[in-house]
Amino acid sequence: MSAKATASKAASKPGFDITNIARRPEFGALIGAVAVFIFFSIAGGSGFTDAGGWASWLNVASEVGIIALPVALVMIAGDLDLSVGSTLAASSMTMAILSGFFGLPTWVGVIAALLFGVLVGWLNGYLVTKTNLPSFVVTLASMFIVMGATLGATRLIVGSTSVTMTADPFFQIIFGNLIFGLFETAVVWWAVIAIIVSWVLYKSIFGNWIYAIGGDMISARATGIPVNKVRIALFMGSGFGAALVGVIQTCIYNGAQVAAGQSFVFNSIIAVVVGGVLLTGGYGSTLGVILGTVTFGIVNQGIYYTGWDADWAALILGLLLLAAVLTNNTFRRLALSGGKKEKKND
Amino acid sequence: MTKAAKKPILRLKNVSKVFAGYQALNDVSLEVYPGQVLCLLGDNGAGKSTLIKVLSGFHEPTSGTVEWDGQEARFKSPKDANERGIATVHQFGGTFPLMSIGRSFFVGVEPTKGWGPFKRFDRKYANETAVREMQQLGITRITDGERLIGSLSGGERQASAIARAVHFGAKVLILDEPTAALGVKEATHVLRIIMQAKLKGIAVILVTHNVSHALTVGDHFAVLIRGQKADDFAKGERTRDQITDLMAGGEAMAELEAELNTLTGTINQIH
Ligand SMILES: Nc1ncnc2c1ncn2[C@@H]1O[C@H](COP(=O)(O)OP(=O)(O)OP(=O)(O)O)[C@@H](O)[C@H]1O
Ligand SMILES: [Mg+2]
Repeated sequence: MSAKATASKAASKPGFDITNIARRPEFGALIGAVAVFIFFSIAGGSGFTDAGGWASWLNVASEVGIIALPVALVMIAGDLDLSVGSTLAASSMTMAILSGFFGLPTWVGVIAALLFGVLVGWLNGYLVTKTNLPSFVVTLASMFIVMGATLGATRLIVGSTSVTMTADPFFQIIFGNLIFGLFETAVVWWAVIAIIVSWVLYKSIFGNWIYAIGGDMISARATGIPVNKVRIALFMGSGFGAALVGVIQTCIYNGAQVAAGQSFVFNSIIAVVVGGVLLTGGYGSTLGVILGTVTFGIVNQGIYYTGWDADWAALILGLLLLAAVLTNNTFRRLALSGGKKEKKND
Repeated sequence: MTKAAKKPILRLKNVSKVFAGYQALNDVSLEVYPGQVLCLLGDNGAGKSTLIKVLSGFHEPTSGTVEWDGQEARFKSPKDANERGIATVHQFGGTFPLMSIGRSFFVGVEPTKGWGPFKRFDRKYANETAVREMQQLGITRITDGERLIGSLSGGERQASAIARAVHFGAKVLILDEPTAALGVKEATHVLRIIMQAKLKGIAVILVTHNVSHALTVGDHFAVLIRGQKADDFAKGERTRDQITDLMAGGEAMAELEAELNTLTGTINQIH
């Protein structure tokens, strides 16, 4: 086997087949990321390509990515989570009120914030699975409920809409530090979340359940998969991601604002869809989502290096999203037409 | 392998199913034997899929009972039926088109390797097993377990579902129109696989609109007309024409043909 394998390695290794690469869910995202990088390298000049330029888009990408990765799992399972923005703000505020306004130790605020995010996620999942309503509607409602509750509660307790706090040095270093004076620690958290989410999706049997539920929920249930528990757990994951970014932002900005975070709702969905996850569920990869997030970060920040008005970034993102949805369908067709012709040599 | 020699593995007794005032099944009794193919025949809307969904735990009967291996059984969910050994391949797929062959083969019963927190999905084993089981059913074109189910042909997809049922030791295999939408060659192949499953002692329930397919593999036949069992007979007890008439909902096919004849005038040339 090994002698034969080395002899015909280049010919038979599926990875070398260009059509095979094109069939992977992250292919479109790879093209998108490379294209916008080249574009802004030219249009943005050395400011964009030096370390400071990398830091600016990586910082933005990592905050979006920490949310987009667990949101991607939710979407692969066929659901949507529109409440992540409100959850982010509410968690951030929870932490700032506890550890800033009430002066409790930082770790109390951090744990409370993360628990709050998980709780909102659980509630989303519970309502979605109990009511059988589309998660779009349920999480839209919880987005407003959590936003309203945060605003109301903060006004009641603090008497204003923003709270300042200073984290203990330890938490300041792990959540709010700048590595080399440039890169937020969020970049490291993003990497950690990426490894965990990839493990869950590809290595754990839970990942198989996620694909199955997104592919065909009724059949998945018939095979004995605890469909509702999985969906609830996934919402808890996106709630956790949102809360983690809330904690990070509280440390970076030394406080919380009730209005923070709403941009993350659509930005995370843009990153996920540009990353090749099908809106209908059942298909997608973490590598794709990472590339989609990178694309988002590059467009979002690259625009500042071009000297053009920053509003153009929204236009580019909108076009990219549209292109992604269209090509996702094409790639899915490609994926489904899978290699009938490639098997000539065996 | 006569009927008297064996006990039915699955038996329906006076089963009715009512959907919001509409009686989809009316007092149907049936017996399903190991190592036999029971063909469920009937026109569109006759209640075949509904009957199958009762057997596979998707619906609970409105009245009547289901017996499993001589004991009354209530399948509260597809999972319930699944655990007893009833494997169902539903009409219009029911497989996961965007999953790989290996992954979809083991959905819900994933093989793992490693231990504790490092326990993980054994992709290699899953792919190899799925491909091997399909090859054993004669689908030799499939060599890569990473291929997506949706990229397989209709016959290959049916084969993968049947291979899955066989692998997990199904005692009853329910196939809802597995040969519909298949070409002649693919359909023949699926029929051959059904025969293989039968020879392994599996009870097969086959829904089909195709008389030839039914006659090729069927040991026993049941005909539904508007939710009622209109006839129930063993192989050889009815002629092909009688079966065709029954399948058309009891109207004589000859009459229908005559009617069509007046419309087109060409039907006899086709035959
Ligand atoms: N969940 C449901 N609610 C209401 N009516 C239903 C439901 N499922 C089936 N029916 C009705 O019951 C009748 C029998 O349907 P069924 O799907 O069992 O037919 P079938 O014999 O499988 O037909 P076909 O050959 O077209 O697949 C149809 O009139 C259908 O509309
Ligand atoms: Mg049917």
